[in-house]
Amino acid sequence: MSSSEGVFFLTGKDFKNAGAASSNLKGILEGMCIPPAIIRRVAIASFEAEMNVIIYAVAGMIKYNITPERITIRVQDMGPGIPDIALAMKEGYSTAPDYIREMGFGSGMGLPNIKKNADVLTLNSLAGEGTTVEFTINLSPAE
Amino acid sequence: MILGDIRDLLHAVVLARGEDMGMEIERAYCADLMSDVLAFSVNNSLLITGLTNTQVIRTAEVATIRAIVFVQNKRPDIQTISLAEEKRIPLLATDLSMFDTCGLLFEKGLRSCFGLEF
Repeated sequence: MSSSEGVFFLTGKDFKNAGAASSNLKGILEGMCIPPAIIRRVAIASFEAEMNVIIYAVAGMIKYNITPERITIRVQDMGPGIPDIALAMKEGYSTAPDYIREMGFGSGMGLPNIKKNADVLTLNSLAGEGTTVEFTINLSPAE
Repeated sequence: MILGDIRDLLHAVVLARGEDMGMEIERAYCADLMSDVLAFSVNNSLLITGLTNTQVIRTAEVATIRAIVFVQNKRPDIQTISLAEEKRIPLLATDLSMFDTCGLLFEKGLRSCFGLEF
């Protein structure tokens, strides 16, 4: 299996293209013959992180790094930041407005879903500056 | 169940990928919350939903949902339908309620994704 890296740029409130970056990432992983169960975990976690950027931030980016050992996804945004990370990790907690909920998101499952699919998750946030979500999914079962 | 049989049972119209009516569906998940679909659905299942925007197609794509049934006489717009065509996800639409849709499919032997991984 080869290695690959790249970046997708995201624009806040661009709901028309929301999910397109994660869809492209999925296509890249499929082209690298990564097992479907792993691809599904990466795509779900990446899509949730992408939706968070679209919903809450002005702009952001998804950086991916694929090696034979692991897939690392770093989603960085220029957004309001998360004041209380422990609270944001709680299932069902959300600060999303009603119109986001009407689109089927903002139910407080985004970060818990990322955590569920990732082997390692780190979250850094600074109020008023932005949030960085980085997660890793291992490819070699020995780890 | 065969997707074409699901179409007939629900008196559904086909909005996208009519050529895929022969596909086999083993499990179903029903929700309007896309994060729930991402958290609890399994690979190759059927999604039953009342939500009709493009995010439903994106969700189905990343969660490898095989096909979607829109309930309660709700119809997606043309962007949603073309995205489904592009991503090869068949779309059905029925006038039945979500409850009746699930009830009829359950009666015919279709089961939920509950308790399954991947």
